[in-house]
Amino acid sequence: MIHKFKQLGYNIVLDVNSGAVHLPDDCAYDMLDFVDAPMTEEMPADLPAKLPKYSENEVRESYAELYQLYKDGALFAEDDYEKYSNTMVKSPVKSMCLNVSHDCNLRCEYCFAQQGDFGGERCIMTPETGKKAIDFLIERSANREQLELDFFGGEPLMAWDTVVQTVEYARSIEKQHGKHFRFTITTNGILLDDAKIDYINREMSNCVLSLDGRREVTDRIRKTINGKSCFDIIVPKFQKLVQNRGTKDYYVRATFTKYNLDFTDDILAMRDLGFVQLSAEPVVTDPTMPYAINEEDLPRVFSEYDKLCDVMANRTEDKFNFFHFMVDLNAGPCAIKRLRGCGCGNDYVAVEPHGDIYPCHQFVGIEQWKMGNLYDGTFNDDIKTYFSKVHVYSKEGCRSCWAKFFCSGGCNANSFIYEGDVKKPYKIACEMQKKRLECAIALAADRAVKGHEAPSMSEAPASMG
Amino acid sequence: MKHITTINKANLKASAVKGGCGKCQSSCQSACKTSCTVANQKCESEK
Repeated sequence: MIHKFKQLGYNIVLDVNSGAVHLPDDCAYDMLDFVDAPMTEEMPADLPAKLPKYSENEVRESYAELYQLYKDGALFAEDDYEKYSNTMVKSPVKSMCLNVSHDCNLRCEYCFAQQGDFGGERCIMTPETGKKAIDFLIERSANREQLELDFFGGEPLMAWDTVVQTVEYARSIEKQHGKHFRFTITTNGILLDDAKIDYINREMSNCVLSLDGRREVTDRIRKTINGKSCFDIIVPKFQKLVQNRGTKDYYVRATFTKYNLDFTDDILAMRDLGFVQLSAEPVVTDPTMPYAINEEDLPRVFSEYDKLCDVMANRTEDKFNFFHFMVDLNAGPCAIKRLRGCGCGNDYVAVEPHGDIYPCHQFVGIEQWKMGNLYDGTFNDDIKTYFSKVHVYSKEGCRSCWAKFFCSGGCNANSFIYEGDVKKPYKIACEMQKKRLECAIALAADRAVKGHEAPSMSEAPASMG
Repeated sequence: MKHITTINKANLKASAVKGGCGKCQSSCQSACKTSCTVANQKCESEK
């Protein structure tokens, strides 16, 4: 299977099953409309007639090169990955989203956590529960050494004591168990102060800082509890955190909605504030909400991704990374990882403040997906087994999709919430994902052609803050 | 080649053979949380 498309002025061909990316000239690109596996060494006699724009010599040469790629396993490579998916079994749990706070000090209209409470009561996780989560992860992680824990919410800084005690507890016992914890945190920044910034920069390998770009865009939808602006409260704190962060990972992460389909301007506004590692995710919400992105919005979203892609390719100063356009075509995840993706409900779980365990943060509060509880020691193995077999060969439509080894079949929670079935990918998300991947591959091609590298984490202007 | 430039290694099949070590980051632990973005994760098997 191949996927051919044009982006940034390049003819691009992805060979889906080998992962190879080719940049053919027009003749070879057009020829791919007429050739398929199995290829023969001898060029089909009718090929020149099908490509009247090109000389017979060009056609002959191009065919010979395509055939060489075919022989080398870099074109029309066979899909022989299903054998791996057939043997997939449960994995150790090595990754956890710890919802330390089901409360928030912002009232963002689009919040999938329903302004922080996940549809239940507002509450904060106790340090005791945080420590139990650490014990659970160590116990369930078998031989996995690298364990990950993301402090999430609601707003995790509202449970700062729990965050610190959980980290300190994990650090105090990780060596004796042969583990290493990699902590991350996702915050709206309201409660950041110098001490928290220092702690986060020391202990958290990545932090995700929520900001929606331009002041007016952020303030329209991300409001304080009393309906006021948050932009001026959080931006200086984020700038200080990033300025002191060195080379550790961070992302300033926006959510874009129907209100700002011109989100390139939000990305650029965040770059102007001095941030280099940027992300903007399409809002995931009830389609009847006024800010929801629906099918009719897709052409506009696609053209905006094109615009952002052009901006990034042509920018010579103040470059930045955009999370969804990042793809490493040489050293990305292995094919086995790509079959199952996020690991939700299998090697990744979420724990809410009372110790209830769910397949991931987006399933929290959906009773039928509750997997167990830290306090009563329950953990539903049937749900774990189910998710261990959710992969691109068991999801509807993925098998024949060119993007399957990049998105791994999409977000299981979105599939369940918006399509009613974990194994039925959420169509709108798929369409946007495919467009982003085309941009990502084109930018990788552009960097390869020009010999450029992506900006590093430490690249922050001296004038910032 | 004159008509085609290949910009990467066709290594996906080889990656399957030695793959699945589980050392790499779960995708939702990065900047994601609402979409599944797997291909931009790094392989960490040699760390």
